[in-house]
Amino acid sequence: MRVQFVLQEIWIGLRRNLTMTVSLIITVAIAMALFGTGLLVRAQVEASKSYWYDKIEVSVFLCAQTSSNPACNKQDATEEQKQALKADLEKLPEVAKVEYESKQQAYARFKERFSTTPGFVQSTREGDIPDSFRIRLKDPENYKSVAQAMLGRPGVDQVINEKQILDRFFRILGGLQGAALVIALIQVVAAVLLVGNTVRLSAFNRRRETGIMRLVGASNTYIQMPFILEGAIAGLIGGMFASLLLVASKFMLIDRVASQMQFASKLGWGTVIAVTIVSICFGVLLCAIASFLTLRRYLKI
Amino acid sequence: MIHFDNVTKVYKNQNRPALQHVNVAIEKGEFIFLVGPSGSGKSTFLRLILKEERPTQGHVHVAGKDLNRLSNWKVPHLRRRIGCVFQDFRLLPNKNVFENVAFALEVIGKPRRFIQKVVPEVVDLVGLEGKAHRMPHELSGGEQQRVAIARAFVNRPMILLADEPTGNIDPATSIGIMKVLDRINRTGTTVVMATHDAAIVDAFRKRVVELEDGRVVRDQSRGVYGQAY
Repeated sequence: MRVQFVLQEIWIGLRRNLTMTVSLIITVAIAMALFGTGLLVRAQVEASKSYWYDKIEVSVFLCAQTSSNPACNKQDATEEQKQALKADLEKLPEVAKVEYESKQQAYARFKERFSTTPGFVQSTREGDIPDSFRIRLKDPENYKSVAQAMLGRPGVDQVINEKQILDRFFRILGGLQGAALVIALIQVVAAVLLVGNTVRLSAFNRRRETGIMRLVGASNTYIQMPFILEGAIAGLIGGMFASLLLVASKFMLIDRVASQMQFASKLGWGTVIAVTIVSICFGVLLCAIASFLTLRRYLKI
Repeated sequence: MIHFDNVTKVYKNQNRPALQHVNVAIEKGEFIFLVGPSGSGKSTFLRLILKEERPTQGHVHVAGKDLNRLSNWKVPHLRRRIGCVFQDFRLLPNKNVFENVAFALEVIGKPRRFIQKVVPEVVDLVGLEGKAHRMPHELSGGEQQRVAIARAFVNRPMILLADEPTGNIDPATSIGIMKVLDRINRTGTTVVMATHDAAIVDAFRKRVVELEDGRVVRDQSRGVYGQAY
């Protein structure tokens, strides 16, 4: 009896302000979709970060005849210089591994990487790419001390930190995430206000019923429940639309982009499902709490 | 059953008190007319019993409980033991007679079987046999008030408060309403009825409490409406 009665009240309430409910659902759907997108981008950034940070290296390029650095004086680094640099690098506590890459190895790697663009390879000769030390750091954040130790040393042309290049890319992703979350936040505010308005209309439409309920001694929970559930159901439907959008974006966008850009770590379905669940729960809670708070203003107990 | 202990009520933003130093004791099973001109404090008196308002000063006891000390979450339980009837009936226009009466039990979570059994009994008790499926707009004013009384009484309250129940009803029909209230009073329910209706008060010869400017100016058993001393 109780359940059936409450459900009936909710149905009446939702039907009475149908347009309001629809707009609420749309707003919640957009808010939660953006919120979920933010979470997904974040998960993507985290996953690629841990993948890439394991692989990135600091490269210490050595002087070669082709170097433009005046300190090099258009001469190759000598064997002694190389030995001294290597010994010093291995002494640094931040360094996990040091590898020497000769000009031949560097050229071979270059050829392999750009094998699809023969023009590039043809215009480059062995010896154009200087030899280098490839250094794997224990923590990629600590590259500065290595750079400082190496820069200006005889035989060193330049120090390149791959992390800086990657970080630029991550910053773009981070910006996307931030933008999605900011818009989501604005939508959340709109959703809260809409919930407030819907509840106010609902409370006004049902003031006779609630007045009588109060009078005959219905408990506060019983009076408020239909309103709160009304909000929660709108939030639930909105959240479900949002998860549809998220799943669609996983298919249409993330998978496609990932296959194009060779993201080493694809976002798995596990993450997407977790994010949709979080979005739905957040949508439901948001609406339920917003209706509860507005009820206190518009429904005298 | 209901005790007013030196009760004063001043509404916010008003200088003149709605009730001043009211002392009234109403015992179980009594029938009381609360009379007095508009604005004399009759409605405030009833609202204090329901704990819709709190006294500014003094104490209201209902069924042995000091309402000042009654926590808010217990108020619904207090109201379940008090039935209310108003001048404007306050029926739900989209529900029929049976549903209107059943509503009062549904919202306090009574089981369906209980409702199916009790509601028809009460509908008969107030004299609406065979009209359980009429809508409110198909009923006369007197019949609508009977529905409201049925709704107030269906949970067998200890107290029935009636705020000018005959105010919208012609004198002949009012007698019928009063007979229903009397029948309810005879089941042991305490009835407090605020009214302007001199003819009814004079005809029934029950206890009369008269309010004027928020003060009790008369408390007389088997009284009449007008000044009688």
